[in-house]
Amino acid sequence: MLSVSTKQMIGVGIFLFAIFVGVPLIIGATGRWDFYFTLTSVALLSIASAGVWLTFYIGRINIGQGAFALIGAYVSAILVVKSGWSFWISLPAAGLFAAMVSIIIGIPILRLRGVYFAMITLVLTQVVTLTALALPITNGARGMSSIPLPSGVSLFGIPILPDFAGMENTKLAFYYTACILMIVTYAALYRLVNSRLGHLCRSMQQNEELASSIGVNIAYIRVVIFAISSFFGGIGGAMFGSIAQSVYPSSFQVVDSVNFMLHCFLGGLGYVFGPMLGTLVLYFGWDLLFEFGKYQMLIYSTVLILIIRFLPNGLLSLRANKGNDK
Amino acid sequence: MNALLQVRNVTKKYGGLTANNDISFDVAKNEILSVIGPNGAGKSTLFKMISSFTPTTSGEVLYQGECISNLKPHVVARKGVVRTFQETTIFKNMTVREGVVVAQHLRAKASLAGYFWGSKTAKKDLAAFGEYADELLEFLGMSDISNEQASNLPQGSLRALGIAIGLATDPKVLLLDEPFAGMNHEETMRMVDLIRSVRDERDVTIMLVEHDMPAVMNISDRIVVLNFGEKIAEGTPSEIQNNEKVIEAYLGSADDEIGI
Repeated sequence: MLSVSTKQMIGVGIFLFAIFVGVPLIIGATGRWDFYFTLTSVALLSIASAGVWLTFYIGRINIGQGAFALIGAYVSAILVVKSGWSFWISLPAAGLFAAMVSIIIGIPILRLRGVYFAMITLVLTQVVTLTALALPITNGARGMSSIPLPSGVSLFGIPILPDFAGMENTKLAFYYTACILMIVTYAALYRLVNSRLGHLCRSMQQNEELASSIGVNIAYIRVVIFAISSFFGGIGGAMFGSIAQSVYPSSFQVVDSVNFMLHCFLGGLGYVFGPMLGTLVLYFGWDLLFEFGKYQMLIYSTVLILIIRFLPNGLLSLRANKGNDK
Repeated sequence: MNALLQVRNVTKKYGGLTANNDISFDVAKNEILSVIGPNGAGKSTLFKMISSFTPTTSGEVLYQGECISNLKPHVVARKGVVRTFQETTIFKNMTVREGVVVAQHLRAKASLAGYFWGSKTAKKDLAAFGEYADELLEFLGMSDISNEQASNLPQGSLRALGIAIGLATDPKVLLLDEPFAGMNHEETMRMVDLIRSVRDERDVTIMLVEHDMPAVMNISDRIVVLNFGEKIAEGTPSEIQNNEKVIEAYLGSADDEIGI
């Protein structure tokens, strides 16, 4: 269970090489610098999607991740702009704040199951958007703009992270940062799912009553998982705000929350790396279909319906089925 | 009598309906006690209250002298009173062994964070879980199906898996919900032997709810009979068979309620 096969090691190696060396080389050769922004977005959105996937893992449909991403973006922006914090400290703070909010909201609503939980989470994004419009600290509809770029970090005089503002190529720097964050997120998610907490989640996903009869404190684990999920949302949102250098109440909307969920469906709920693939395919797919003009939405949604109809276990089930007799 | 579990004047009302009315009895250590009664007699409700899946309206359940009613189910499970469910309630998308490993949750010594980082205690725990799962499955005669997906199992094996999951928690009292339902005579007799050996070799006190009269008469040390939410009799199988109230409850009522 703990050991990693050489095949997996090679796979991870190829993946890391591709995103850290391959992609910059290709972009350098083709001159499509705009792809950096697209890929950075994919990496950050997939962090938030990872959180949604985790709530699926305890059998809850979460359509509220946009709320926590927006909270994370605002918390980081406010800490950097108004309190003068370093972005790198505001990033975990944003995640923790989102997690705290999710605990307060989660304790009452996580008792709900199925469509009832989904409905409540669907409302959350709207609630946070309206709150951001109403609060004085978030500047209402004007939002927070011209957020300074992340500053450098040095420990005992040794520079650890460079100053983004002094950089020539911030796009590349953000790309790398987002990729590293994404990798850390998915490594943590993979570990979590394959540790005992993951096994308990699976037992709850399959039958909460039986899980509690074997002594699992289901209420506690639900809240812990929802908090971790929202932490990922907060981190993703905060990083997004920093790249865009602005946060508005409309930065994350209900549509984004729905998309986070779709990423998980598309990639496959049974696979840890499903949401990562789902985000990539969905985000790029939408961009590629741009050429079809007014038919963009029609083709996009038709393809989605077909995928969900014929691959109910997500895109990754294609690969998993090959080596399996099932 | 050395009572391990005491049911004290337990009453459950759902609105105007009284599911259980003022029921009291004791369960001695290491006995097999069956709760029987016609459909709708309140057997399942009683089970749910003992395992704290539902609160009592009044009265209490004592385990080793300590009140265990109206707690959370996982707390009661931690104390050693564990219920199993009917066959549909298992971890369907796990293999038999995985299910039994997960069910050893209560035996864990490492913290959840310890498992995340792979601490020494966690590794030791995991090895112990696997070993105990194998031992338990062998004891229950399920070694050959330990890597089967639970959703592919036939009914008899599902029941056995339910018991395996219950046993994996290291219970002191195991509550079995209709362990013989839907089984033929041969399967039932095998299950009777299995439950006996669980009691004899694992030191577990057993309480079961059941419809299958021959099996109940065969397996039980004592029987509690419920009818319309009230306890109408309690005693050894032979006492119950000759109890007038019981005969009336079963034979004196509509034909479809004869549980025999």
